[in-house]
Amino acid sequence: MSKKMVAMTLNGKSVEEAVEPRTLLIHFLREKMCLTGAHIGCETSHCGACTVDIDGQSVKSCTHLAVQCEGSDVKTVEGLANAGALHAIQDAFYKEHGLQCGFCTPGMLMRAYRFLQDNPNPTAEEVRHGMSGNLCRCTGYQNIIKAVLHAAKTIQQQSAVAA
Amino acid sequence: MNAPLSDREKALMGMGESRLRKEDARFIQGKGNYVDDIKMPGMLHMDIVRAPVAHARILRINKEAALKIPGVIAVLTAEDLKPLKLHWMPTLAGDVQAVLADEKVHFQMQEVAVVIAEDRYAAADGVEAVEVEYEELPVVIDPFDALLPDAPVLREDLVGKTVGAHGARKHHNHIFNWQAGDKEATDAAFASAAVTVKQDMLYPRVHPCPLETCGCVASFDPVRGELTTWVTSQAPHVVRTVVSMLSGIPESKVRIISPDIGGGFGNKVPIYPGYVCAIVASIVLGRPVKWVEDRIENLSSTGFARDYHMTGELAATADGKILALRTHVTADHGAFDACADPSKFPAGMFHICSGSYDIAAAHCSVDGVYTNKAPGGVAYRCSFRVTEAVYLIERMVDVLAQKLGLDKAEIRSKNFIKREQFPYKSAFGFEYDSGDYQTALDKVLEAVDYKALRAEQAALRADPDCPTLMGIGLVSFTEVVGAGPSKICDILGVGMFDSCEIRVHPTGSAIARMGTISQGQAHQTTYAQIIATELGISSEVIQVEEGDTHTAPYGLGTYGSRSTPVAGAAIAMAARKIHAKAKTIAAHLMEVSEADLEWEIDRFKVKGNDAKFKTMTDIAWAAYHQPPAGLEPGLEATYYYDPPNFTFPFGIYLCVVDIDKATGETKIRRFYALDDCGTRINPMVIEGQIHGGLTEGFAVAMGQLLSFDKQGNIQGNSLMDYFLPTAVETPMWETDFTVTPSPHHPIGAKGVAESPHVGSIPTFTSAMVDAFAHLGVTHFNMPHTSYRVWQQLKSSGIVS
Repeated sequence: MSKKMVAMTLNGKSVEEAVEPRTLLIHFLREKMCLTGAHIGCETSHCGACTVDIDGQSVKSCTHLAVQCEGSDVKTVEGLANAGALHAIQDAFYKEHGLQCGFCTPGMLMRAYRFLQDNPNPTAEEVRHGMSGNLCRCTGYQNIIKAVLHAAKTIQQQSAVAA
Repeated sequence: MNAPLSDREKALMGMGESRLRKEDARFIQGKGNYVDDIKMPGMLHMDIVRAPVAHARILRINKEAALKIPGVIAVLTAEDLKPLKLHWMPTLAGDVQAVLADEKVHFQMQEVAVVIAEDRYAAADGVEAVEVEYEELPVVIDPFDALLPDAPVLREDLVGKTVGAHGARKHHNHIFNWQAGDKEATDAAFASAAVTVKQDMLYPRVHPCPLETCGCVASFDPVRGELTTWVTSQAPHVVRTVVSMLSGIPESKVRIISPDIGGGFGNKVPIYPGYVCAIVASIVLGRPVKWVEDRIENLSSTGFARDYHMTGELAATADGKILALRTHVTADHGAFDACADPSKFPAGMFHICSGSYDIAAAHCSVDGVYTNKAPGGVAYRCSFRVTEAVYLIERMVDVLAQKLGLDKAEIRSKNFIKREQFPYKSAFGFEYDSGDYQTALDKVLEAVDYKALRAEQAALRADPDCPTLMGIGLVSFTEVVGAGPSKICDILGVGMFDSCEIRVHPTGSAIARMGTISQGQAHQTTYAQIIATELGISSEVIQVEEGDTHTAPYGLGTYGSRSTPVAGAAIAMAARKIHAKAKTIAAHLMEVSEADLEWEIDRFKVKGNDAKFKTMTDIAWAAYHQPPAGLEPGLEATYYYDPPNFTFPFGIYLCVVDIDKATGETKIRRFYALDDCGTRINPMVIEGQIHGGLTEGFAVAMGQLLSFDKQGNIQGNSLMDYFLPTAVETPMWETDFTVTPSPHHPIGAKGVAESPHVGSIPTFTSAMVDAFAHLGVTHFNMPHTSYRVWQQLKSSGIVS
């Protein structure tokens, strides 16, 4: 199958690759870019384990073509920590025991990353709705919700200090 | 030098501490290493051609078009596996299973051929291009239909075999009949009892559905003759033994690695045809081969759970003392008997079905049956059929209470095995090690103000304008976990012990290697805590490794809540061997006799002299540097622990539901879970396990179902239809605990992760049925979806 060039910003770096037009973004990320953080749980965009951030939106990369990302700014879990310092969301999932097997975690983190920018001060109920596109089979969500609320607080404190 | 004792204890981060998880650093940074993350030079991809129909003869398979597709390397069918004698394989239950359909398919989505290609897209193209011609045969979906005299013969390979792995087969679609208890005494108790109740119930077919599907990367090195396979397995050592037996490669040249596993819940115990095909393909082609199934394949063809058609009966006195339990199960095992149970127990530990109650006489009988459905019968977050057993007894106790007009709490108190009766021998022969059910029940009833809840329910029932039905569910469950004593428990002849090897390094840090494998249970965190307390080494410097058969001691794996009861005991015992040697070295170093020493948190000190001591770090250095004359240098130990008995975790769960009278929509108002898992190693991890188990129980009770139409088409095998709750539906969980240590376990621990699944499912049903109890309803089957509840509202005359 003939290939097509696609260029995007991936975790802050420019990348350009030739891909089959049918290549799904999740396979592009995992197999071409060796970013195996995002996972494949269903291939039908139900589970959210493949969630990444594209141009300021949470996107399930298992039902998105790599070529659709031409010119886009794509962020994956590998781009969340900053110069070795964990992002507040990563730290909160650790502190609140918001993960067990870890398979859903990269998608959860990327969804929480976007959700907290859209809604920086959510209620627990809003977190439940905001995270409802991501499935977890291990935690029962209770600690994930605590983690997102915990991260919201930390981010607010961080921005208060920065201001 | 002499920090306060409490500071020294805290610094160890040992047992009882809510230590944060060691595993998390890699998972939160996208650096986990799951099977599908593994990439090797020259790696090929495998995909599977599956049967579109449930029962058919294969007339011909045409590979030609597939082989012409760019990137496709090979197509394998049963014909290709036959010369290697790998077209069939043994199951863990003593049956055989087709690796690739041999002349006939037995269930929809059965493996018919595999395509191996340069990448996963080409492999999928190849699957589309393989042409298979079928001649359809009559399909049998219902296990009762399967046993009719003129039912179609499903397993032609077994024609004429009147005896199977578990005794006589009474019909061509019958697998086994298994019984426990005393039939005569039970029948006699029923014949003379003042009150009897009987209830049919179906525990429907469901699937564990871990978020990561099953898969493997098989890599055969033709030069060295060595096979390495990374596989999503809860039992890598057993896989190694089976692979060696099937392939003829010596076990020493087979290396099975379970890397990070994205949840198991029983689904990753069996050995699947996909693994075998990938291994064969790698051997034949001399290149690594990756196979990872998709979600639809996972739900359609890998180990389902339950599918138990149960009839329960209780005999009791007029005031509600239970005298006898009788039960029969028709168990739908699908097309091949691939249940994952200890070999001698084809119905697992179903005979724990006398529950938390002192019942003098009991008998159970289970018939396993073949149908045109996928094989399985795995323990979905439970110890071998314990979920089914607990569901049966808890439903029956409710049914009896209703018949006698007794409260659910009262009838349970009346029948509990009392604290002073432990160790208690059940009518089925189990020796319950410990328990204190009444204390736990009292604690729950008080915490939720049970009397007030019942008063509120009565008031709401009296109000004709109330838009909801309120139901209260109560369950007091006892599990049997930690399989198990090798005199009765084995898998393929290997005793169900487990193992641990600990090496303390010269500078005082340590590594432990285990025969189990975590799938999210935090073994790296919690196992280290046990060693920290036993040896006085900080858990921060204790590495825990498992899952690689080349480095770990042989173990039976992680399922059936056996990691803490069996491997957890092996850790403590290995640590105690090291502790004993350390004492000898300490005495030598301080030039005193061992009898003069006492252990204190992290050191041996001379009795009554706080200033004269040697810490484990001092001792470790000496063990490699100046051991006493005649003592073997080094500081390490291995222990294979064969448990003397099972452990018996228990709990009391209470649930309040409000059902919309017009729509059947159900709100879980409250769920209170009290668990007693004996000694608690890490309260944070325990709570997390309980949240997860309750959520899985909620999913099973309220929505999960693998159903089939009459042609054997599986209905709802994607996440569009198969219910996995989101954060929105999942209730808030309230947790509580009591501590009744196991008397025979070295640290008193019993296992916890499965209790919430086992215990919560009957609690939801108990609450749902309770909402209708005043209308004379005693039972309805799961799942309690809004539609099904609405049907119940209709048949109860609440909506027209």
